[in-house]
Amino acid sequence: MLSVLKNLIRSVAILLLVTFATFCLMFGNGTGIARSILGYQAAEVDVQQKVIELGLDRPLLTQFGDWIAHAVTGNLGESFFTGQTVTSALATRVPVTLTLIVLTLILTVIFSVLLGVAAAVYGGWLDKVLQFISVLGAAIPPFIIAIALIFTFAISVRLLPATGYVSPDQSVTGWIMSITLPIAALLIGSVASAASQFRGAVLDALSKDYVRTLRARGLKESRVIFRHVLRNAGGPGLTVLSLQTLGLLGGAIFVEQVMALPGMGQMANQSAQQGDVPMVMGTVVVTIIIVLCVNLLSDFANTILNPKARTR
Amino acid sequence: MSAEVSMNESATAEPAAGRSVLRRLLKNPLGMLCSAFLLFIIVLGVFTPLIAPFKPNEANLNSVNAQPFSPGHLFGADRAGRDVLSQLLWGTNGTLLGSLLVLVIAIVLGVTAGLLAGFYRGKIEAVAGFVTDVVMSLPSIVLLIALFALTGPNVMIAMAVFGVLVSPTYYRLVRSVVLSVRSELYIDAAKVVGLTDARIIARHVLWAVRAPVVIQSSFVAASGIAIQAGVEFLGLGDPEQPSWGGTLQDANGNIYNNQFGVIWPALLVSLTILSLILFGNVLRDVMQASAHDKNLKKSRRRTLLQNAQSERTSAKSSNDEKAFLSIRGLKVGYPDGPEDVRTVVHGVDLDVRRGEIHGLVGESGSGKSQMAFSTLGILPKEAVILGGSIFLEGQDLLADKKAQAAARGRRIGYIPQEPMSNLDPSFTIGAQLVYGLRAVKNISAKDAKEELLALLTRVGIRNPKNVMRLYPHEISGGMAQRVLICGAVAADPELIVADEPTTALDVTVQAEVLELLRELSTERGLAMILVTHNLGVVADLCDTVSVMKDGRIVERNDVESLFNNPQQEYTKTLLESSRSVELTEA
Repeated sequence: MLSVLKNLIRSVAILLLVTFATFCLMFGNGTGIARSILGYQAAEVDVQQKVIELGLDRPLLTQFGDWIAHAVTGNLGESFFTGQTVTSALATRVPVTLTLIVLTLILTVIFSVLLGVAAAVYGGWLDKVLQFISVLGAAIPPFIIAIALIFTFAISVRLLPATGYVSPDQSVTGWIMSITLPIAALLIGSVASAASQFRGAVLDALSKDYVRTLRARGLKESRVIFRHVLRNAGGPGLTVLSLQTLGLLGGAIFVEQVMALPGMGQMANQSAQQGDVPMVMGTVVVTIIIVLCVNLLSDFANTILNPKARTR
Repeated sequence: MSAEVSMNESATAEPAAGRSVLRRLLKNPLGMLCSAFLLFIIVLGVFTPLIAPFKPNEANLNSVNAQPFSPGHLFGADRAGRDVLSQLLWGTNGTLLGSLLVLVIAIVLGVTAGLLAGFYRGKIEAVAGFVTDVVMSLPSIVLLIALFALTGPNVMIAMAVFGVLVSPTYYRLVRSVVLSVRSELYIDAAKVVGLTDARIIARHVLWAVRAPVVIQSSFVAASGIAIQAGVEFLGLGDPEQPSWGGTLQDANGNIYNNQFGVIWPALLVSLTILSLILFGNVLRDVMQASAHDKNLKKSRRRTLLQNAQSERTSAKSSNDEKAFLSIRGLKVGYPDGPEDVRTVVHGVDLDVRRGEIHGLVGESGSGKSQMAFSTLGILPKEAVILGGSIFLEGQDLLADKKAQAAARGRRIGYIPQEPMSNLDPSFTIGAQLVYGLRAVKNISAKDAKEELLALLTRVGIRNPKNVMRLYPHEISGGMAQRVLICGAVAADPELIVADEPTTALDVTVQAEVLELLRELSTERGLAMILVTHNLGVVADLCDTVSVMKDGRIVERNDVESLFNNPQQEYTKTLLESSRSVELTEA
């Protein structure tokens, strides 16, 4: 219980620290922001006026204090361009990205556990093939996988829509069709790296003394693997998954870009290119919060899985 | 002195080692292929101005969306009529510079921090560790996108920041290497000789970290290229500057008009990244793996096992009729190369009658444990049984896998050496005991629990109900060994194989556990094979004894005769050395 609290405090500290650093970076150059909003040909007077209008002339600490004070009430500011609040923009964007990531994670767990256990237990050619595919799948960046998938399933064989998103409220089949390719694009790399790491965790658990003793007691091999080895490989497996989530958050930005999904990665990218600083700031903060929540969850799950961590 | 020696050795070893690594790298077909491809890319980057058919961004309206392999445009042209091959060539230099920048920044930062943290520990290490944790828990690409709002399109700044973001991988690597090198003796020796800290670091630690850093760099360069292409692909690069990712972005935007345009940049980026990763893998194998492959070929293993099996069926079983367990001509080997097997047990015979406690003594590595594991059929996966038979009341367990599985746990029990590591840490004592008993006995969970509670009390555990709810880390080593003994005898086996059952225990607990084993043996008529290196244990507990040396049994007798009248020179030395140990201990 104490360790959960300690982790929570640590996470909040990291959140504040990183938020502050990002804020300083992004709001540090007030004239730059104003100029990029007005265009590079704008007159110096107009730029200065814009700086004052947006409150960018105040000391950074004051600006940050202001931003934080609003942020805790759920107000992350407004877009410089559309006037839309950042929170309302995020409210439509975050669910899209989270759906993508959560579904991919679930599928990753299923596939990588099956493949990892199979490779570790049977070894031989299966193991070799899996390791080769793992290197390949983990090496190729997600945007190239996404383009390759579009090339194959949307252009060569017109099976699935190449781009766009259908909300599940409009049409469930449309929704499934629209997220199949994006999930596949994320899944390939994710399974490739998770499976090979999970294979390592299973091999590690298999080499333990107690596995030999359990076998010597006459337990069936299937029982040894599915009850004892899997359970003990679960801890390292969780760490793999929480790292995988980090990779997926990055990968989603590319996949959203290639497949035109209205997620938060696309929002971050578009806002950054326009110089819409509050919107970028909002997505960065939400991303960090997601990452920290995942870490907390995985720590918590680990204390449930690992009796040693539980009693500590 | 020793510091001098090790320095001289490393100084002379270096050039030879460097050359042999290169040679072995190029001898590996995959290593050769990747090196050649990477070298090719570097040459293309360096000589772009000489070989590129067109100038950067040179557009020709007649070639808009030209197909691949059309005249003048080997890879075709994009929607603005720019030659794709030329654009990619002009982007090569930027890609190479970008990854170089990432490498330099990450190595300088990470290695320095790792050296300092590993060498001085304390506050430096705590701060560096925290920063590392924070940086590594952030998705780099999100930060690079945020950075764009500040700096505008400048890929080199983005790559420099990425260098900072990946530096923790070097930090962790170097720190762990430093910690291990630090604890080694020669640094202490160097300190005594009077070298300054800086020189110690420079001479020894940098030498020790070079191989892992080189290997890691290959992977970091790969991720650098991926992230650079990604940043450019998102449109965060300089649109005036031809680049791999930019070319891909352009082709992707035009995919409905010219679907094959995406192939070239996608292939180039993927192949380069893949080459770097495979190059790193080969390099790791070459630099860190042992000189030769120890895995046995599958076909060779099959032949060996078949030979052993056919020998078994043709040979007449000459086992001792009165023996409960008869081992005949047991040969066990371990792989030592694709075709070779190193034999560790050379055709051993052993008989154990009902109720007999048979000691198996010898030095470590003499093959005692291999015999114990063979009897139970729990040898490691890579081990090969090269021949021989293990008869359990006349039935050959090695010839019949099913018979072996049926005997394991039911008729033959196993008590391991190290109590703590032989209990599954994720399950309570009670749960794993019940699982074990129910695996071999058709019994309800409730009855199993009742039986085990009684047996736990019998093996000397007070308050067994409470102990059953505990996890292995919550009990002492002596208790854990009693639990394991309980697990071994619960199924009412006729034979127990105990592998050094007291070695890992405190001296006082040792005596109690031996006493318990003796009592259980008399109560239940248990036969026992007691593997040990301790002749005192043998004298205390055993009826008969076999002395093992280098995978062979050199002498066997009843305990009294062997102790009073040893026949073999080896047995005599063994007895003498154990007596001198007793004298010094007393």
